[in-house]
Amino acid sequence: MATTEQVRQQAKEIHHLEKPHPTTKSYVRVALFLSVVTGIEIALSYVDTNKWALLGSLVTLGAVKFYTVVFWFMHLKFDHPTLRKPFGVGIVLALVIYSVVLGNLVYHSTGGSP
Amino acid sequence: MAEQALVQSPGDTHQTSTGIDNTKLAMWTFLGSECLLFGALISTFLLYRTRADGAISPHEVFDIPFTSVSSFVLLMSSLTMVLAVAAIQAGDHHKTRMWLLATAMLGAVFISGQVYEFTVFVREGFTVGTSPAGSAFFILTSFHGAHVTLGIVMLLSLFGLSLQGRLPTERASAVEYVGLYWHFVDIVWIVIFTVVYLVPA
Repeated sequence: MATTEQVRQQAKEIHHLEKPHPTTKSYVRVALFLSVVTGIEIALSYVDTNKWALLGSLVTLGAVKFYTVVFWFMHLKFDHPTLRKPFGVGIVLALVIYSVVLGNLVYHSTGGSP
Repeated sequence: MAEQALVQSPGDTHQTSTGIDNTKLAMWTFLGSECLLFGALISTFLLYRTRADGAISPHEVFDIPFTSVSSFVLLMSSLTMVLAVAAIQAGDHHKTRMWLLATAMLGAVFISGQVYEFTVFVREGFTVGTSPAGSAFFILTSFHGAHVTLGIVMLLSLFGLSLQGRLPTERASAVEYVGLYWHFVDIVWIVIFTVVYLVPA
């Protein structure tokens, strides 16, 4: 059974896993970065290029924006790492389940040909 | 008797044995479940995006410059939201109210843009009943719009509470939870904007 001192020590360690939140300047820099990435995305959508290259670039840039907001504005980078788990599970489940469902439906709608 | 020490959580909301704020953990779990909801709606759109059934297709009516401005507005509302959280944590209630109101206003601008966009689409013949693509598009974007609207209501409630002096620094976590929800609607829009509007059919 954990003693009061042990639990306090454990809690102290937990608090050490958290980092101080960024400053206003950092938030403004992040917002500028997000604006630039959005600008690149929009510019790319007008470029007449290979469909798959465009798709890959847009999805990568979208993912960069997604994780920047989650880690900086939602403080997941600075808060306790345990908080990443419930959200991470949601994202992974959504990606896996819907990729399988979409793949399956597309496969069958094309008569089994890839 | 088992010794149990309850440790004050960093959010100062309540005491937990782990030091992690339970409400914050619950909020993240809720947001994780919301990923599944929006994942289903986005997948449905991806499946039906080319099913215009002879009617007008979504990519024929999209106005990318207009939607880009709306996206930028929502992105900037995430900045004002995080500044509101930082302000209340610093005990600056005047700035908290200012940033909360700015966030709500930017959200309202985004919703107004969405309403205008829907009106234009319907006028051009792209409606919820036109085709499977239309149904999937309107259901996805309306669900997101409803989330933004709920966020605006919560922001204005916080603003009202702050005006009445019922949002002291000790309750900064309330602003943080609403902030998490607000940032979530922003990241959902980041995905919708990329996948629905920018990726070619």
